Amino acid sequence: MSDDPFLKIVNGLVAIVLGVGGTVALYWVLNFLVGLLPGKWDKRIKPYVFIGPAILVVAVFLVYPALMTVIYSFADDNSINWVGVQNYVDLFQDDEFIGTLVNNLLWILIVPAGSVIVGLLVAVLADRLKAVPERIAKSVIFMPMAISFVGASTIWGFVYATRFAQGDEQIGLLSAISTSLGFEPVAWLRISDYNLNDLLLIVIMIWLQAGFAMVLLSSAIKGVPDDTVEAARIDGASEIQIFFKVVVPQIWPTVIVVFVTILILVLKVFDIVYVMTGGRSGTSVLANTFFVELFEFGDAGRAAAVVVVLMIAVIPVMIYQMRQFKKQEAR
Amino acid sequence: MSATGFGRVTLGSVAVRVGIVLLCLLWFIPTLGLLVSSFRDEADVKSSGWWTVFTDPFNVSQWTFDSYSQVLESGMANAFVNSLVVSIPATVLPIMIAAFAAYAFTFMRFPGRNVLFMLIVGLLVVPLQVAFVPLLSLFSDYDLNGTFLAVWLAHTAFGMPLAVYILRNYMAGVPREIIESAEIDGASHFQTFWRLIVPMSVPALAAFAIFQFLWVWNDLLVALIFLGAGDNEVVTITLRDLIGDRGQEWHLLTAGAFITMTVPLLVFFSLQRYFVRGLTAGSVKG
Repeated sequence: MSDDPFLKIVNGLVAIVLGVGGTVALYWVLNFLVGLLPGKWDKRIKPYVFIGPAILVVAVFLVYPALMTVIYSFADDNSINWVGVQNYVDLFQDDEFIGTLVNNLLWILIVPAGSVIVGLLVAVLADRLKAVPERIAKSVIFMPMAISFVGASTIWGFVYATRFAQGDEQIGLLSAISTSLGFEPVAWLRISDYNLNDLLLIVIMIWLQAGFAMVLLSSAIKGVPDDTVEAARIDGASEIQIFFKVVVPQIWPTVIVVFVTILILVLKVFDIVYVMTGGRSGTSVLANTFFVELFEFGDAGRAAAVVVVLMIAVIPVMIYQMRQFKKQEAR
Repeated sequence: MSATGFGRVTLGSVAVRVGIVLLCLLWFIPTLGLLVSSFRDEADVKSSGWWTVFTDPFNVSQWTFDSYSQVLESGMANAFVNSLVVSIPATVLPIMIAAFAAYAFTFMRFPGRNVLFMLIVGLLVVPLQVAFVPLLSLFSDYDLNGTFLAVWLAHTAFGMPLAVYILRNYMAGVPREIIESAEIDGASHFQTFWRLIVPMSVPALAAFAIFQFLWVWNDLLVALIFLGAGDNEVVTITLRDLIGDRGQEWHLLTAGAFITMTVPLLVFFSLQRYFVRGLTAGSVKG
């Protein structure tokens, strides 16, 4: 290693001091300068001093590049010549890309629903335990939230590992179970029949996200007033009826929040697919195709077009989000 | 709802316990396999399933730190330092900038306020990929690709919408009278922000800090694009390369993965309460 780790740490510390100090100084100086203006102008300009840097950062590093990406998607691989809609035509005539879209659809259909169901199940079951076991159970389900996608891919890659040589013992849990049941060893992530390999990757995402669903749903369930449940019980409703007709309607807004949050995350899923299969054997998703087009094929135009497709997929969620926000503010 | 409030009749308490224990086992066993294997000898990891250790768990001779020292020497130690150098500034910088903006959005009136805040809400869901290609060429104009500064800037921007959103939602809960009485006392906005609102917002600031730190530490995509492999690579990239180059060396992969997980798990177990609050606040409210 040519770089001294000590130098890097100093570098990082300088960044913190300069960054924080510089930011505070910037605000202070701007605030002071605006303060010199006559009363009315001071009041008018000061809000822009406060929001200015945040808006500037977002504009330069998010909004401007997003617009440029849309423009690049109509240009060739080096973003030099215009090619019209050729990138989009190429994408949609490519069977592999259609398969990718189907995979994305599969992810967004299964992961949010699966995570909500598991999260709800744990929240309901744990709610009936004593305080300490409840906390332990919840921590176990929640812990994967702290693990990176790459870490999770390693964990599950080991579960899915298979050995083929004669006489080798299976060291992956799944293959150990399947071979002990008499099946031949198989390379799990290469089986594209019935999208099995996609489903095995999807399991990882549910494993990561169920804890998040559980935390929010659990606090919603604890917020359901006891008397509504008691009233239903006195009316002779069964526990299952109580759950679906009394509890679920009251926690429904939280279910939607959890669902939408996980949906947004799943739309741009990348790491798991990239690390586990690299998108091979028909497992690619949009974000992985983007990466492959850009860095393996060096085609900035097609990569941009893939992102634009992704962006279009996000637009309905974005509109929903903004509407919800307006509603919430009106309250 | 109280613990005894609902469900003592049909679902017996035994069934509840069996159900929850099964789910917990299902959730925990994959991680347990990783942890156990990372402390086993290379030959053992490659010749028998990790679950076989439970036939003789107290046989000390089967446990070893060899895989850890091997992984650390082959670049993981360097990457660990890099991850810290990337994550801490990338956490601190957006908080500062977002706090000022959130204050203005909450307590100041100005033309364009609603439009600009709607922009922030909209950007919450925009996939980061939209920014990559143009940012790469922008950064290359200034020779920034592969430097820490590039990832700090990228993460500061990518974390900004969520930071402003969380902090603004939290500040909206501060009673207006506090601000008004400060104004009557002649405090400027700058003073009110610094002496009143920042101290009052510590829970939200902490929640976002944890959230952003874990996000940056665990991030692979932004690091791959703007930092890449080499001297400055972070732990997620080192682990990815291990998986790619030595995919069958499970003793190394498990130890490497566990090293990358130590910091997030530490943050998670020590600050779980704030982390939960961060998630609750961070999930876009419906």
